[in-house]
Amino acid sequence: MLTIGIDIGSVATKAVMMENGKKIITKHITPTGWSPKESGERVYREVLEKNGLEKSRVNKVIGTGYGRIALDFADKIVTEITCHGKGAHFLHPNTETIIDIGGQDSKVIRINKEGQVLDFLMNDKCAAGTGKFLEVMSNALEVDISQLSALADRKNGRKINSMCTVFAESEVISLMAEGAGKGEIARGLLESTANKVMVLGGRIGLVGEVFFSGGVSKIPLLRAIMDEKMNNPLIHSQDSQYIGAIGAAIVGAKKR
Amino acid sequence: MRPEMMKQVEELRGVNAVKVKEAKEKGQKVVGTYCIFSPHEIAMAAGAIPVTLCGTKEEPIAVAEEKLPRNLCPLIKSSYGFAVTDTCPYFYFSDVLLAETTCDGKKKMYELMGEIKPMHVMNLPQQSEGKENLEYWKNEMMKFKGFLEDSFETKITEDKLKAAIKLGNRERKVMKDLHELNRVKPAPLSGKDMMMAQWLKGFNVDKEAGISIIEDLIDETQGMVDRGESPFTKDTPRILLTGVPIGAGSEKVLDILEESGASVVALENCTGYKGLDRMIDEDQEPITAIAEKYLSTPCSCMTPNNGRIDLLQRLAKDYQVDGVVDLTWQACHTYNIESYNVGKFVKEELNLPFTQIETDYSDSDRGQIKVRVEAFLEQIQG
Ligand code: SF4
Ligand code: SF4
Repeated sequence: MLTIGIDIGSVATKAVMMENGKKIITKHITPTGWSPKESGERVYREVLEKNGLEKSRVNKVIGTGYGRIALDFADKIVTEITCHGKGAHFLHPNTETIIDIGGQDSKVIRINKEGQVLDFLMNDKCAAGTGKFLEVMSNALEVDISQLSALADRKNGRKINSMCTVFAESEVISLMAEGAGKGEIARGLLESTANKVMVLGGRIGLVGEVFFSGGVSKIPLLRAIMDEKMNNPLIHSQDSQYIGAIGAAIVGAKKR
Repeated sequence: MRPEMMKQVEELRGVNAVKVKEAKEKGQKVVGTYCIFSPHEIAMAAGAIPVTLCGTKEEPIAVAEEKLPRNLCPLIKSSYGFAVTDTCPYFYFSDVLLAETTCDGKKKMYELMGEIKPMHVMNLPQQSEGKENLEYWKNEMMKFKGFLEDSFETKITEDKLKAAIKLGNRERKVMKDLHELNRVKPAPLSGKDMMMAQWLKGFNVDKEAGISIIEDLIDETQGMVDRGESPFTKDTPRILLTGVPIGAGSEKVLDILEESGASVVALENCTGYKGLDRMIDEDQEPITAIAEKYLSTPCSCMTPNNGRIDLLQRLAKDYQVDGVVDLTWQACHTYNIESYNVGKFVKEELNLPFTQIETDYSDSDRGQIKVRVEAFLEQIQG
């Protein structure tokens, strides 16, 4: 049985094809751009082409992610919470908690030994503690978000007090005016993000082995800072950005 | 599948606005209230009509924010907004207002509202247990009684109080019977219809007419149950909605829950079941009996508020619920803080999935709430 999971995120659209929900056949990623519908269709087509398959060979297509409603050809739409649970469980079966920091929101999910969601919390009301926050702040520092980690000081961070993105931006600008180094500020920003996520996590408990995913999890220094704050190191996978799509493909393989 | 009678229930809003006008023209007095701590029976015994005032819509909030902080519970802003813009017919026809010292936001807002119309404020104790609190609250009842007697130049006799208690209990009983119909699996009434019927009781100018409409609704709904009819199936996730009051205009989360495939079977909030759980003891001295009933309201303004935990436990069992959703308004400290312990109790003691949704009356976060609600329902369905 072949299933495809498509995860339309705010930045990237991911597709994963799996066999029986147990083995990954293909992974594919493309920028979401302005049209989630178009990128969803494109990624679907490309996965089929890569494997030289007809649509009819695929048993189920499951859509997830913020743009999931745009996938009108999907057999089923499932939220990213459920899919992240299943995807993290697949990549790392001992996972009990997932921290996901995406472009628009951050979430903490607790799952059981089967990858089913037990509890979750989302921060989606404001940009604090999300990729958006770091993106805006990188702009203020005149670097690309991908350079933030390299720029950041290894030891010392300037404390960023504002949680609100708008206020934090002016705080960063005044810190620079006062002569603070960009490296210290960059580290301060990563620390502030880590703190925010830890608080969110603390509300439902960062229990057992914690899987770290989402675009922001690709920042090495942020992972190091979070590791320091946790008792056991965070689990990270090369494929962590695919967990939503993997989870969706697994949901598709489920009977009923 | 929806009972035909729901149409008549919905019309009650317009009908009652006309009725309150007619009653006023005949010289009857109107007492406007906001909260279920308000002892409607005392107003009834004074020959007046007690009504709940508007406070569940977004529209007047902008005007309210000219005087009130933005960062305030939408219910408080909306209530005040309706009053200053004079867009609530019931407020317009009210001779006096009755308020209570419940949460800080309301009590300070009432100071401003009191400038618009004569207002009596009852000093509500912060604890519901203990004899001294009951004595205190009884005294507040006496003061309110005196206030109405003076304002309306009337005498509130024991007989009138007893008659009002009987009528109030009859209304409570029929609303409770209606709510309990949804114990059946699948529930015969949508949460939305149930909310509407329960919320509208607050506007019932003519209690007898209101009771008879609800009795007809119960008969019709019971018929649906007997024939096994329901808008839901036996697999539809059954949700207990707790938290802040809701009404027409502030039912966003209830709507999203049902649009996403849930059946909201029980409304623990004060526009739903909270005030119906306990009747007024008809055999006791009336003021004591009234004071006891109202003081036992398990609202988050009370500390501790163990009654809410007890009520949640009973409702979860009686209504065979699959999950609990706690709705809290932004900037409502009492409900937002209490949510932690409510969640802990639901998850650890009742072993049920729980989620809290904090929002306001605006539609701006509909999309985000929908994701959470869908994920919550997926969690329930495994
Ligand atoms: S929640 Fe409490 S204070 Fe607010 S209206 Fe209901 S009973 Fe009154
Ligand atoms: S919802 Fe909370 S803040 Fe708003 S009136 Fe009721 S108790 Fe007060």
